[in-house]
Amino acid sequence: MGSTVNAQSRPERLHKWLVSGPPLLYLLVFFAAPVLIMVLASFRNPGDFGGLAPLFTQDETGRHLQLTLDSYGRFFSDALYARLFLKSFFYAAATAVVCLAIAYPLALLIARSPKRHRDIMVLLVILPFWSNFLIRVYAWIIILGPQSVFVRALNGLLGLVGIGPVTLLYTPFAVIVGLVYVHLPFMVLPLYANLEKHDPALLDAAQDLGANAWQRFWRVTFPLSLPGVYAGAALVFIPALGIFAIPDILGGTEGIMIGNVIKQQFLDTRDWPFGSVLSMVLTAVAVGLAGAAAWVARRQRV
Amino acid sequence: MALLEIHHVTRRFGDFAAVDGVSLSIAAGEFFTLLGPSGCGKTTLLRMVAGFDAPDDGRIVLDGKDMTGIAPEARNVHTVFQSYALFPHMTVEQNIAFPLRMARVDSMQLRARVAQALEQVQLGGFGRRYPNELSGGQRQRVAVARALINRPKLLLLDEPLAALDAKLRESMQLELIRLQREIGIAFVYVTHDQGEALALSHRIAVMNHGRVEQVDEPSKIYGFPKNRFVADFIGQCNLLGGEVRTAGDGRMTLALDGLGEVRAVNAGKDAPGTRGVLALRPEKVAIGGELGDDPAWNRFSGKVHDFLYLGDVTLYIVELQSGTRIEAMLPNSAAGRATFFEPGDRVQVAWRFDAGHFLVD
Repeated sequence: MGSTVNAQSRPERLHKWLVSGPPLLYLLVFFAAPVLIMVLASFRNPGDFGGLAPLFTQDETGRHLQLTLDSYGRFFSDALYARLFLKSFFYAAATAVVCLAIAYPLALLIARSPKRHRDIMVLLVILPFWSNFLIRVYAWIIILGPQSVFVRALNGLLGLVGIGPVTLLYTPFAVIVGLVYVHLPFMVLPLYANLEKHDPALLDAAQDLGANAWQRFWRVTFPLSLPGVYAGAALVFIPALGIFAIPDILGGTEGIMIGNVIKQQFLDTRDWPFGSVLSMVLTAVAVGLAGAAAWVARRQRV
Repeated sequence: MALLEIHHVTRRFGDFAAVDGVSLSIAAGEFFTLLGPSGCGKTTLLRMVAGFDAPDDGRIVLDGKDMTGIAPEARNVHTVFQSYALFPHMTVEQNIAFPLRMARVDSMQLRARVAQALEQVQLGGFGRRYPNELSGGQRQRVAVARALINRPKLLLLDEPLAALDAKLRESMQLELIRLQREIGIAFVYVTHDQGEALALSHRIAVMNHGRVEQVDEPSKIYGFPKNRFVADFIGQCNLLGGEVRTAGDGRMTLALDGLGEVRAVNAGKDAPGTRGVLALRPEKVAIGGELGDDPAWNRFSGKVHDFLYLGDVTLYIVELQSGTRIEAMLPNSAAGRATFFEPGDRVQVAWRFDAGHFLVD
């Protein structure tokens, strides 16, 4: 008996490894290893000419491991970085909220359209991915720039009611516009995937039992779509938190985010340990928030 | 005045009339069933009563009020959906309380009524569960309780038992009858299951191709079908084509195709030469080796073609010399071993002259 079980389970186990082996290896090499290198780097000393100082030093007493908490100390002793984190957090949260407000009606419209129209509408949502991200963001410089038709028309209207001309480009506003624009599909798609699965009989039942259109939405559609809302919010919020390209292009000096500082530490200041510390904190915040969102989602039984 | 009046209601989808000039009148407290094959228009009619669809022609009047243009949420009519359509994110209590919340019933009264409704459908103690933690029968009860809690004038039920297994369906049927009797709300019940319709209803409307074929009590529908469709759709029936040969006072002789002359009751005062079918229930057809010579019986010889053993009864299909097949039903209730006929056995079939109904084409 036992031998037959083993004979069956051995090739099965082999199959399991064959199937899961390559992706596992990929994750080890390209995810786990870099994260560990980053963790280690955050405890090392900066090199004299940037980068990292040697991990070991040699003197008459022998080899010494050079690890330090200096970079963490620097992070926690200067409120500037915490403020930058808060600001990035606010930008990312505002992006998620605006994306939700725009994406929800759109996703609902697609989900309630005839089946034959839905695929083409989803295609339109993901169409921007077919052109380069940077080019699309640069396009906003033209749209939000002082010479653009849109901004001149806006300032013309504002002038009529006596409000002075506004500048849109190189402001936090421009950063959030760019963030919303880039991340919108990541909100639409999970919402649509959720809303499309709703049983239309539930809305009939709600209406039959006396619910008007507004009540049908708030009491049936919206609560049932919360998993999609959480998924979309996470897919928008987490990448938006660490992004540097959009504030670089659209933000000016006012609009920088934590991602810009991390980039600076690695590429300009060349203080790799401190850059690593900022990255570690960012990762910890993102993982913490994602965990909290998952926990809330589970507790709501949706 | 009737509670629900349906006046010449027609609903077309393109060229196709799903409901075609239907008029019905349903009394308060009545258990009324719309029965018919799928596609006969019964569900479309129900959706128009609920307000999810509007008639192209005709009017629906509920409790003296014309329902034209009144939205489903504003009608005092609730529906039990085939899929139950329970809200998966709400507990049983929250589901049942939903119509009361929509009607802004205050929370003290709401709690008491929900508890009472749970007891009424024997689900006390299940209030905190979610629909996915209930069995099919329990979900069905929640759907009924939810639709009834706001005391609608009329409860619509769209094949509510179709998803349940046979045993559970029977107990739910008894429960629906009890509930309807207790609360006295009129039920309009849609089903394609004739057994269910016969068991539950005060009256049945048999529908086909968007039209009502017959409206009657279950025993009349079964015993005195008005036409070929009703006879064929409700229960099993032998339909023997033929024409009236001689007609007298209350009696007539028919010439049945391939069988010859039989005696029958002339209920409709049909004149000689009228064509139609003799509808004959299998349980009214006797089968035996030799069936005597009582002149009140029509008698034919043939041989057993095949039989279906159904547990309580056996249905024999007898092929007559002419090739016509007649179904005869024999109860298996006799003590000891009942007489079994095997395929190929020579037998006689016979029915009393008043056993069948002649339905004019």
